[in-house]
Amino acid sequence: MSGAAISPGWIVAAVIAAGAAFVDLRLAMLLALWLGAWFVNARLSRLKGPLPRWLVPAIFGLTLLALWELAVRLFGISPVILPAPSAIAARIAGSLPILWADFVQTALKGALTGYVLGCGAAVAVAVLIDRSAFLQRGLLPVGNFVAALPIVGIAPIMVMWFGFDWQSKAAVVIVMVFFPVLVNMVAGLKATEPMQRDLMATYHASYWQTLWKLRFPAALPFLFNGLKIATTLALIGAIVAEFFGSPIVGMGFRINASIGQLSLDMIWAEIAVAALAGSAFYGLVGFIERRVTFWHPSQRR
Amino acid sequence: MRSILPILTVLLAIVAVWYAAAVWMNSTWTYDQAARAGVEVTFGEVVADTLAQERPVLPAPHQVAKGLWDGLFGQKVTSKRSLVYHGWITLSATLLGFAIGTVMGIALAVGIVHNRAMDMSVMPWAIASQTIPILAIAPMIIVVMNALGLQGLVPKSIISAYLSFFPVVVGMVKGLRSPDAMQLDLLRTYNASAADVLLKLRLPASLPYLFASLKVGVAASLVGAIVGELPTGAVAGLGARLLSGSYYGQTVLIWAALFAAAIVAAGLVMLIGLIERISLRRMGLAR
Amino acid sequence: MKDTTTSAVIEARGLGLTFETNDGPVRALTDVDLSIGKGEFVSFIGPSGCGKTTFLRCVAALEHPTTGTLSVNGMSADAARQARAYGYVFQAAGLYPWRTIAGNIRLPLEIMGFSRADQEERIERVLSLVDLEGFGKKYPWQLSGGMQQRASIARALAFDADILLMDEPFGALDEIVRDRLNEELLKLWARTEKTIGFVTHSIPEAVYLSTRIVVMSPRPGRITDVIESTLPRERPLDIRDTPEFIAIAHRVREGLRAGHGDEV
Repeated sequence: MSGAAISPGWIVAAVIAAGAAFVDLRLAMLLALWLGAWFVNARLSRLKGPLPRWLVPAIFGLTLLALWELAVRLFGISPVILPAPSAIAARIAGSLPILWADFVQTALKGALTGYVLGCGAAVAVAVLIDRSAFLQRGLLPVGNFVAALPIVGIAPIMVMWFGFDWQSKAAVVIVMVFFPVLVNMVAGLKATEPMQRDLMATYHASYWQTLWKLRFPAALPFLFNGLKIATTLALIGAIVAEFFGSPIVGMGFRINASIGQLSLDMIWAEIAVAALAGSAFYGLVGFIERRVTFWHPSQRR
Repeated sequence: MRSILPILTVLLAIVAVWYAAAVWMNSTWTYDQAARAGVEVTFGEVVADTLAQERPVLPAPHQVAKGLWDGLFGQKVTSKRSLVYHGWITLSATLLGFAIGTVMGIALAVGIVHNRAMDMSVMPWAIASQTIPILAIAPMIIVVMNALGLQGLVPKSIISAYLSFFPVVVGMVKGLRSPDAMQLDLLRTYNASAADVLLKLRLPASLPYLFASLKVGVAASLVGAIVGELPTGAVAGLGARLLSGSYYGQTVLIWAALFAAAIVAAGLVMLIGLIERISLRRMGLAR
Repeated sequence: MKDTTTSAVIEARGLGLTFETNDGPVRALTDVDLSIGKGEFVSFIGPSGCGKTTFLRCVAALEHPTTGTLSVNGMSADAARQARAYGYVFQAAGLYPWRTIAGNIRLPLEIMGFSRADQEERIERVLSLVDLEGFGKKYPWQLSGGMQQRASIARALAFDADILLMDEPFGALDEIVRDRLNEELLKLWARTEKTIGFVTHSIPEAVYLSTRIVVMSPRPGRITDVIESTLPRERPLDIRDTPEFIAIAHRVREGLRAGHGDEV
């Protein structure tokens, strides 16, 4: 229905936008901006090639930001309800040292330490229980069960045990990332085909040779699935654990403290940092995955 | 069924380790008390004391079980000390938010599959959102809603909704796209309409993916509702119980609330698993 | 028949293997008597379920017979496996996708503790044996199916075991590629003088390749006929149009039919 000509749907939308102008000129402006951007995207999305692949989502994101900015200005929304993106950007630019300190405290000390320890422990346990089918049959259902539980709830307990500083956050993160990684790694170690195991048997390969040369590489795609899930969990764990008590630094602490002062621009600034940190962390693990499991069908270009 | 014995063994081992840890972690306090009183304690007395303290560092399993039992059945369900009361507060917000998030997620996924512009605009952001700790904006939503005069159920549901929304969108898009070219071509030879393709092929094919997303989504919804109860201070809900337990150092209370939350989570996931099994079997998709 | 009794490399006497399944015992192999001499090329042919693969797996000590005796190189199959007496080629190439072709051939050499220099030398040698010079740095998924299967044969040859066990190695390939690989396999056999056990379900393939053809039949899995090939060792592809070839193929087909007949 959508050829080169402008379809009836667009005409209806334009009429609605024009009608809105009689009700509220500001609303009409927002609608017009939205429709304009959507029209551009609808056209762009029909083009082939790599450019629209990132241009279209970029336009969409920028349009949302523009709508947000415009709405806040036109309707005079109070900054304690919704600060404008420009105000948030100004806050970020003006508070870089604070944001950096919070990032180091929460993301590097809390989340990353816990992530490395938790994932390392999970891989080690997966290898340890690998030889015992009995333990696997027992641990896997328990692990799957625990992975679905609201584990962040242990934060107050960990704060009591390990104090307010990053150690308690790392402890929460360890528990949170442990089970998803364990379950994936155990599944990965099982992922070899009988033929591949038979081949190792014809070489009279030892258990450890088979593990190291066959089963560990074959498990890597599964392991990275777990590791990628765990990146997000680690940041969530470290931030939320700070809601239950923290020193006067950290992303969760800042969010909590800013709520009391109603400085929403600071909260949004922290959320922007958290989003950036989360994407970067995930992107890094994804990058390593592509380098390490380049041979897997899902990674081949 | 042959997994029962191994699972029981693992659970038994956990309880054993737990008891040992409780004795070890709580013994400091026991020795301190004894030293202050100037008495010697035998090992037997230490064990007995560590498993029955008022505010232990780590409550023993039976203390948690008693706390849970008291919370669930020890009082009227309307009591502020009843875990059923607090559990229901959290559960209702979870369910409402989960329902909203799921419906909107499915709707958006259908739109994405049918509209290329929507797909290219929204999908990268939906995927990226999974790498972002969006739970962090939960406290702000509560406070802003509060400023707008909304309290209680609705703000928490909104958090639950957006936490379950993104997994459902991503899983559902994957599911709606799971039919292969041959199946789609078959319907094209029948000259089927887009609605027919959606109803007779894409939606049924997407169900296994949907259920997998729903399990992730409902767990996230529950976490959202619990975290949404933190910034208002300990008012009501399982999150509030965790917070007040942590304020007053009532470790048994924390553990009881934690297990109540675990029961709710397990119940929700199992319920979805049950619906999944029944519907997939009816559709002949069960393995 | 060559003097197989004195120089038997593989010797089975009254061999039987019964699998316990949920539907009761399945007799995969019964009363298998066979001896294979050094340098022979023996094919096993028969419908699926006749135990031809099972027999090969017994020789490789991947399955363990429940009755009878089996010796490989004068020792038990398990001891032979531990002595790395044979190379095994599976139905699919089964190359590790995370290793290059050279890396895949190096795999058994690493496990068996060959020196680094020796590894390189052997990889070069077997790559040229299977006509894959220059492909060592490629990954398996960058090669065609036929090339992958050749690489897996190179992998089985790399550590110079006297016995080569091949389980329908060309079954998944198209007929044109299969013809070429058959021809190459014969040349390879002539050059290396290995003892080869070859499972197939293709009559022309069995007749073209073998010095002896073992015809097997299912339920229970057993040997119904052993056919001695009268073809010369030198076999161009067009030998398949000669009356001699057709006569042997006919005997194999008769054997298969007879084995099938007494089951009904």
